[in-house]
Amino acid sequence: MKKLIPSIKIVPNLHKAREWTIQISEKTIAKTEEASTFLTEFADVILFLSRMTKDTFSRNFEFREFLHQCFQIGYKTLPLISVTGTIMGLVLTLQSRPVLVDFGAVSMLPGMVAVSLIREMGPVITALICAGKIGSGMGAELGSMKVTEQIDAMEVSSTNPMKFLVVTRVLAATLMIPLLVLYADALGLLGSWVGANIKGDVTLSLFFAQAFSSIWFIDLIPAVIKTFFFGAVIGVVGCYKGYNAGRGTESVGIAANSAVVLASLLVLIVDMIAVQITDMLIL
Amino acid sequence: MNEIKTENRDKAFVGSAAGEAVIEINNLQKSFGKQSVLKGVTLQLFNGENLVVLGKSGSGKSVLIKCIVRLLNSDNGIINVLGEDVSKLGSERLGELRQKIGFLFQSGALYDSMTVKENLEFPLKRIRKNLSKKEMEEKIKEVLENVGLSDALNKMPSQLSGGMRKRISLARTIVVDPKIMLYDEPTTGLDPVTSDEISALINDVQKKYKTSSIIITHDMECVRATADRVIMLQDGEVYLEGKLDEFEQSDDLLIKSFFK
Repeated sequence: MKKLIPSIKIVPNLHKAREWTIQISEKTIAKTEEASTFLTEFADVILFLSRMTKDTFSRNFEFREFLHQCFQIGYKTLPLISVTGTIMGLVLTLQSRPVLVDFGAVSMLPGMVAVSLIREMGPVITALICAGKIGSGMGAELGSMKVTEQIDAMEVSSTNPMKFLVVTRVLAATLMIPLLVLYADALGLLGSWVGANIKGDVTLSLFFAQAFSSIWFIDLIPAVIKTFFFGAVIGVVGCYKGYNAGRGTESVGIAANSAVVLASLLVLIVDMIAVQITDMLIL
Repeated sequence: MNEIKTENRDKAFVGSAAGEAVIEINNLQKSFGKQSVLKGVTLQLFNGENLVVLGKSGSGKSVLIKCIVRLLNSDNGIINVLGEDVSKLGSERLGELRQKIGFLFQSGALYDSMTVKENLEFPLKRIRKNLSKKEMEEKIKEVLENVGLSDALNKMPSQLSGGMRKRISLARTIVVDPKIMLYDEPTTGLDPVTSDEISALINDVQKKYKTSSIIITHDMECVRATADRVIMLQDGEVYLEGKLDEFEQSDDLLIKSFFK
């Protein structure tokens, strides 16, 4: 009987060990599936980018569709960018003026606003607004085309949908967003002049002369270069999310939403990298 | 064009057994993950015939025709279309082959951002590049007359009813004179009258454009109106193949459940 007692005590431990083993196995399987999903998504992105790059440089560029997308992305975003650009300059001026007054440096207001707008605020805020408008639009449009089999229809009618839909949109976004940023910068300066005149009195020519005297090519060129990357990121993310949307109608909303979130995030990351590179080059 | 009424078709089609096969599928297999959808389908489509593929939802009918045009890549098996092995074609050659195949999608798949005219011009400009603008306009006018929608030229797809969308979609498919037509559930979601009209149009297209067609459907009126030969798919395999009469006279419970 004495010999039996220890073996009886072992039984509950065996149960526990079995439960732990099952739990560990389940967690391992779940983690493996997560890793597998991540790797599949990563492979999809690489495939998408390589196909897009190949089709960008292949024959028979869809020039008419490219112009149409430039119109859609550039011209149709102008009203939104006009309002946000003007407000951006106006608010920046109204917020900065009291601080500069305290230091007796109101005369530096145009220069300060111009540098802030051209270096950082204009590109980033415009790109974030475009990520919302253009990125979501591309995600939703291509997503609904996928759901309603329009992309398949294009493919069976011997048209390369990657070339017709994706390449044209990405290139249009890459070219149009820098122009929209420059336009937003110009209107931001105009808004800033309006803001400066609310509590002060400065002529337009003097305001712009002071603003431009503070700006150097080193402010303008890196800021413009990074906006090409912002445009490319917004175009690629919007198209990727739409092109790879699921089959249900719900996936259209998911594609649009995730396009905005991911494009906005990537714009900020690209900006951070661009600022680091610019700093390194200047120093 | 709508002179053919939706009555039981003239079942005098005799060319299938002796005719030339335009599509030959041998042991086609297709899986999605662990789910095996097609488990070795073998069939032929003969020149000039209407082959109806019947089957329950999920039996792999749509997957079958998507594999034919390589919208989906098959896992195994041979798909020979107009003498070419589809799985071995490069993208350029595949594009050329696809120009000879018309695909009518279940949803119509009209381009929402384009007018009816632009929808019809889209494949025409890419496939019939040698046509002049006037010839294109005449061709568009002709196919719209054929589907009975001449007045829809400048409408947007959102302004069309379900039946009209199917007709325009059919017009967009036939505008490039395909040799083979693949219909994915052409009458699904339509009222009986419109379904009959679409079935009649399928027969008209076969006669006028001398097409060979695979029609995926589970609409028995459409089957009766269009079929020269029928194949039933069940669980990813060919369950029965034969003439419509053989199906209608079958004692098999599954087939009876379709033809009751």
